Amino acid sequence: MSDLQSQDYVRRSASTMTPPSARSHEEQVAKLIDVSRCIGCKACQTACMEWNDLRPEIGHFEGTYQNPADLGPSVWTLMKFAEYENEQGNLEWLIRKDGCMHCEDPGCLKACPAPGAIVQYANGIVDFISDKCIGCGYCVKGCPFDIPRISKTDHKSYKCTLCSDRVTVGLEPACVKACPTGAIMFGSKADMTHQAEERIIDLKSRGFEKAGLYDPAEVGGTHVMYVLHHADKPSLYSGLPDKPQISPMVTVWKGIVKPLAMVGVAMAALAGLFHWVAEGPNEVTEADEAEGERVLRESETEKSS
Amino acid sequence: MTNTWQDIKNANVVIVMGGNAAEAHPCGFKWVIEAKIENGAKLVVVDPRFTRTASVADYYAPIRPGTDIAFLSGVMRYLLEKDAIQHEYVRAYTNASLIVKDGFTFTDGLFSGYNEDTQTYDRSSWDYELDKDGFAKADDTWQDPRCVINLLKQHVSRYTPEMVSRICGTPQDKFLHVCELIASTAAPDKAMTSLFALGWTQHSVGAQNIRSMAMVQLLLGNIGVAGGGMNALRGHSNIQGLTDVGLLSNQMPGYMNLPTDKETDFDVYMSTRQFKPLRPGQISYYQNTRKLFVSFMKALYGDAATQESNWAYDWLPKLDIPLYDIIKAFEMMNNGQMTGYICQGFNPLQAFPDRGKIRRGLSKLKFLVTMDPLDTETSRFWQDFGPQNPANSAEIQTEVFQLPVTCFAEENGSLVNSARWLQWHWKAADGPGKSMSDIWIMSGIFHRLRELYRKEGGAFPDPLLNLTWKYTDPISPDPEELAKEMNGRALADLTDPASGAVTKAGTLLDGFGQLRDDGTTSSGCWIFSGCFTEKGNQMARRDATDPREQGIAPNWAWAWPANRRILYNRASADPSGKPWNPAKPVISWNGTRWVGIDVPDYTPTLDPSKGVSPFIMNDEGLGRLFARKLMAEGPFPEHYEPLESPVENLLHPKVKNNPAARVFPGDRAAFGSPDKFPYVATTYRLTEHFHYWTKHGLMNAILQPEEFIEIGEVLAKEKGIEQGGWVKVTSKRGVVVCKAYVTKRIKPLSVDGKPTHVIGVPIHWGFTGQARKGYGANTLTPSVGDANTQTPEFKAFLVNVEKTSAPVAA
Amino acid sequence: MALTRREFIKLTGLGLAASSLGMLGFGASGVAQAAAVRPFKLSRATETRNTCTYCSVACGILIYSMGDGAKNARSNIIHIEGDPDHPVNRGTLCPKGSALLDVVHAPTRLKVPRYRPPGGTEFKDVSWDFALDRIARLMKDDRDKNFIAKNAAGTTVNRWTSVGMLAASASSSETSYLTWKVVRSLGMVVFDNQARV
Repeated sequence: MSDLQSQDYVRRSASTMTPPSARSHEEQVAKLIDVSRCIGCKACQTACMEWNDLRPEIGHFEGTYQNPADLGPSVWTLMKFAEYENEQGNLEWLIRKDGCMHCEDPGCLKACPAPGAIVQYANGIVDFISDKCIGCGYCVKGCPFDIPRISKTDHKSYKCTLCSDRVTVGLEPACVKACPTGAIMFGSKADMTHQAEERIIDLKSRGFEKAGLYDPAEVGGTHVMYVLHHADKPSLYSGLPDKPQISPMVTVWKGIVKPLAMVGVAMAALAGLFHWVAEGPNEVTEADEAEGERVLRESETEKSS
Repeated sequence: MTNTWQDIKNANVVIVMGGNAAEAHPCGFKWVIEAKIENGAKLVVVDPRFTRTASVADYYAPIRPGTDIAFLSGVMRYLLEKDAIQHEYVRAYTNASLIVKDGFTFTDGLFSGYNEDTQTYDRSSWDYELDKDGFAKADDTWQDPRCVINLLKQHVSRYTPEMVSRICGTPQDKFLHVCELIASTAAPDKAMTSLFALGWTQHSVGAQNIRSMAMVQLLLGNIGVAGGGMNALRGHSNIQGLTDVGLLSNQMPGYMNLPTDKETDFDVYMSTRQFKPLRPGQISYYQNTRKLFVSFMKALYGDAATQESNWAYDWLPKLDIPLYDIIKAFEMMNNGQMTGYICQGFNPLQAFPDRGKIRRGLSKLKFLVTMDPLDTETSRFWQDFGPQNPANSAEIQTEVFQLPVTCFAEENGSLVNSARWLQWHWKAADGPGKSMSDIWIMSGIFHRLRELYRKEGGAFPDPLLNLTWKYTDPISPDPEELAKEMNGRALADLTDPASGAVTKAGTLLDGFGQLRDDGTTSSGCWIFSGCFTEKGNQMARRDATDPREQGIAPNWAWAWPANRRILYNRASADPSGKPWNPAKPVISWNGTRWVGIDVPDYTPTLDPSKGVSPFIMNDEGLGRLFARKLMAEGPFPEHYEPLESPVENLLHPKVKNNPAARVFPGDRAAFGSPDKFPYVATTYRLTEHFHYWTKHGLMNAILQPEEFIEIGEVLAKEKGIEQGGWVKVTSKRGVVVCKAYVTKRIKPLSVDGKPTHVIGVPIHWGFTGQARKGYGANTLTPSVGDANTQTPEFKAFLVNVEKTSAPVAA
Repeated sequence: MALTRREFIKLTGLGLAASSLGMLGFGASGVAQAAAVRPFKLSRATETRNTCTYCSVACGILIYSMGDGAKNARSNIIHIEGDPDHPVNRGTLCPKGSALLDVVHAPTRLKVPRYRPPGGTEFKDVSWDFALDRIARLMKDDRDKNFIAKNAAGTTVNRWTSVGMLAASASSSETSYLTWKVVRSLGMVVFDNQARV
């Protein structure tokens, strides 16, 4: 099915050739999350679950309002709460909606060995094409924001799609529409950047001198951006990376390992298919994962040594 | 709400105190964010906890639960001392100048007229000095020491910043900073809006909490203007409607009261209701009460309500006590005075205080009927669910009927929102299984009872047998027909005395202005008159046009009264009719009539030079800084400690609590003392849940799965309580075992020099639904209510907390 | 006065001219094709306007149901989202409103009248006639026994205090009006609602 959309791809995982940009005339989109007007209500999280038919397990109370405890294959976005006492001794409750940042230079896509399993559309959305995913987990390692999660049910990787189905028909993503305070906005990246500037001026007038836009250049900018009151310290917001880096592994992968691994992965994928038919998915994909882990560990060790 | 949700965007200061708007009303709260961004507004939050509202506030100040009157009286003292009031408004539009009777006093915590035996006041001295014509005396120079403004100054003089801080635990500098922000809106073109909810009502002094802020708003000239007002953010989708339609023990539709035993006949009843104006030339709307009452009785009893029968006045039940509220009902149940109880969409086992008492009360009933879309705890009170609901079914003799009801998505009808908008909604699907609508069920009960009385006779069946029931489908009346009945009709041809226009018999009325007291009109709820006219269903209107973009949207749905969106809007203009704030006018006088974006709350052609005061629902036409006889515990608010409190009353140790609070002896015996229960607890909603309903839905169960309390780091450390660890919370009435959220958001408060710890208790968990089983906050709460409304004191009571180990089953 | 939705919506705080969403997606000609990847689930659903059942902001909602109303198929609600035309919520919904679907379809929605006899340990399913007949009988027996026509002073008071009712805060005003009529015509005074909680 995904071939139908291929005209819109500008990047495609595990492909050596650049896709023809026959349909790359669309404007770049962005979701802007203004943390300073977010009330942490989780409407975005709910709308995401509702629209995408996701229902993770009912968890426990674990000493925070953050529920579920972590992102997951059925948790594509998650409110994270941090109680922070500032230099003046005043409490700030820094609440951040976490989820895929839709990097302009997506680490997941670069790391992905399965051809066409991760694509980037001309508008900037990075999407996972599940039927091509082999569940190897490289995208998890490749992501500088620790976003994708592998399902234990179908052994495929999942994350926010930026509601590509809604955006396709001219609607805003579900989280954007739901957000009661307009803390999540959606539009062209240029408009959102301009909007952020206005918000930053207002925040500075209210005493947040370091207010700023989070659109990290390290990943070529992102299609999900934050307005932060403390843009000098993104990590205050439940560990938003100060300087997101695509894992060095990905560089290694691209340079040396990839040509070799491509063969290996292709074999593994084929083998996986046969095993699936014969024995069901679990065993094989776990083996896949283990193999993926091993390759990753080795490449990381190589780099750091 | 006096104003609309969108109107909040016009505010310069938004104060959230006595509520948590961002969490309880997120989509309304967007207009606070809008005010901040588009109007440069400052958001001020005063709350015992640093809430999600506080997380986006410009300024936050902590306060001890149950001390809001002290705080706000301190604000009034500040405003009066700094002369930060809107003088012209206060002089022209409030009762500041009126002179109070000589007998009125306030000494050592008590107002004049207190009767210790009955714990009530004789309120006769709480009124104005009248002249020989029956008008209230006034001193416009404010020289007379007995005029309201001087009595008020004297009354609040005790609430110095130091005293406020000692009582409330709010640091003085924070209190004063809040005062400064509030005072900034005394300028005629500046407005503050007050957003509050059950954080103010659920106290033994709840109504006075709200009065205190209403007085602040009057002093600042913030009532009636765009971006101002007293905005009660109501909690349920149609709780405004149920209140409007009078589903309360002492109410009739449209805020008319049921008669009491003392009102032995119709004339006596009417004699105290058609208020004569208390100022020369004043309009007093309630002079029309007879028209409203008679038209209502015509709607109820049709041809059986006649002049000769006093419009069937005697068919209305009369009350021997002020209220048969829920606390009273469960007291009666526990005393064996009740046989049956019907819970329609209401889950008292979760919702009312002292859960043990609720369970014991239900166990003594002969029968219980629940009507609900969901499997409520109340309907299963008799079943053993372990520690969360211990029960010995075999011993409980109550017959229980659990009736399945359709929900909002499965019906047509209207709901009244917090801003008094009546909005129509449409059915999207049938209900599941054999579920039926409330209308069908209530009709079914009615028809069966009527049939039984027709066949068997019995106790006074006349009202039942004569009740109007002229619906096309009597088994399941169409909501549109019911809406039309509330709107009202002409019962004979009516000729307008002014224009001569004739309204034909049978025609739907255009508004309550057409109601008559001679039986020629009917209206089931006069304040809704105009909602469904010959032009169609006004509640279904969907034109969102908003003149001046000021948040009025006059053609969207329909608002009571008379489609007016901002109450008291005459006060948005100065005495000569010019808007106080020319940038945000609501109505103004154009030389011949009142014009503007809203329906005037005033006679549309009344020249301002006539000097008719703007608050036409009050008999003196003025906003009341002095409440006269209307409040149970005094015409000025006074700080009284909650019934369970860790400290003495610093102002008057002999009168610690609300002297007019109604406390049943058994409930008083169940109050705890601070030596055993040293911590102040307060209950609340979380944004992820709605009461006890959403735990039945999977998504909300995922978002907040399990019962917990919130506790500050200092106390947690003292008690060895770990983040996410198990705790046992105890009050004199019960025990809750749940998890702890150790947080920086609750800090110990210094109350009269002593550290006071606050424990937060979210309310949402029970033993049915998909979320994890919980004990329910009402296991802990005391059974005592506000002295006027009997709203339970959920927001300030005493508990102890200890570390415990995980329950075996968990 | 008719307004198009786009004329009406001014996104909160979005003071600048925003690009229309259509331009941000996949281009007009690509819509049909792109839709094939993640099918847009509402394309054939029926839209019904309603009001959120929770708090008193009274957000406008759009309820989407499958089925076109044909006699042979029962419609089923599949999705609920905010009504963008509504002047208060303008399409937004909170975490409760966004999750309405799961309460409509809660496994604990009641589907059949149930009855628990005195001392019983279980509910049993009963017919509506059984339930309503029995309720009416119980009510009448008690009313006939405990109705107070006159007080000690001889004043006609016509009240009934031994059976009470709590009315539903999420029911419509029309329901509540009908409920008022029935309750008061019986003389019931122990009557209240959720205004306080």
